[in-house]
Amino acid sequence: MEITTRSLWTLIHGMGFGALYLLGCSGALVELYRRYSTRSDPPATARDDRFLGVYLIAMAAMAWLAVLTGSYVIYPWYRAAPPAGLHSLGAFPRSLLLSQVSTSGWHSLGMEWKEHIAWLAPISITMAAAVALQYGRNLRSHPQLRSAVLGFVWVSLLAAGVAGFFGAMINKNAPVEGGNTIQLMHGE
Amino acid sequence: MHAPIAAPPASAEKILNGAGAAAILAAGVGAFLLGVFAVAADKSAAIKSLMNFWKPTGALSGETTIAVVIWLLVWAILDARWRNRTVGLARIKTAALVLLALGLLLTFPPLGDLL
Repeated sequence: MEITTRSLWTLIHGMGFGALYLLGCSGALVELYRRYSTRSDPPATARDDRFLGVYLIAMAAMAWLAVLTGSYVIYPWYRAAPPAGLHSLGAFPRSLLLSQVSTSGWHSLGMEWKEHIAWLAPISITMAAAVALQYGRNLRSHPQLRSAVLGFVWVSLLAAGVAGFFGAMINKNAPVEGGNTIQLMHGE
Repeated sequence: MHAPIAAPPASAEKILNGAGAAAILAAGVGAFLLGVFAVAADKSAAIKSLMNFWKPTGALSGETTIAVVIWLLVWAILDARWRNRTVGLARIKTAALVLLALGLLLTFPPLGDLL
């Protein structure tokens, strides 16, 4: 059982940071709604505030790590141009996708959308974390602020979902492969 | 055994909303600029070249770096101005969410192609 370093980085980016962020988003939405709703009973405690603050900071870290590894580690491998005359495009995912009408949309729509929309997630969740840390349970007294934060977190979930979906489909059609091979297990 | 009693939240009057308003409006500006730069680099070869901060990542490096830097600058400036104030949050919230929605739409390639 082997894995290439490029595949490993793709796993870390998508299944590590990206998927964890998506999982965390639903929890953040529930907590932001439940704890700071004016109807919540009992009201949030200082300990709840600390927990949510740490939770949102961890989510912001996941979001930044996901977009930074995606844009600066994996994307250069994805978009590298093949040398002229090369027949096998397996190591050049962008060119491989664009070489066939049946797969070109995964780049022209999927990657073109994913590479930009994904950046809305760290911007939104960093703002949400900052507001939650600054206001804590007092966010209950600011329904406009709370609903704006919720709106941004919903959009960050959508952004991460779109990026995750297209990332998975693009990697299925033209996986980012190459680099050193890491042997995980010996076969029987 | 009694549940711990939570400290009552301070009244809304005592907690100024300026810092929160600065954070949400700046995030809206950042999201909108990201969409604008994505479309601009797609439409203009000159802008695309200008945004190419790091060749392996191409124009995406400049589009995202500039959007993030401006977002943080706008946040810092608004925070400095509004931190100790109560501002009209309804209008700021609407503006921030409209900017966020526009940013979201502008990142969608078929919509960017229509412009």
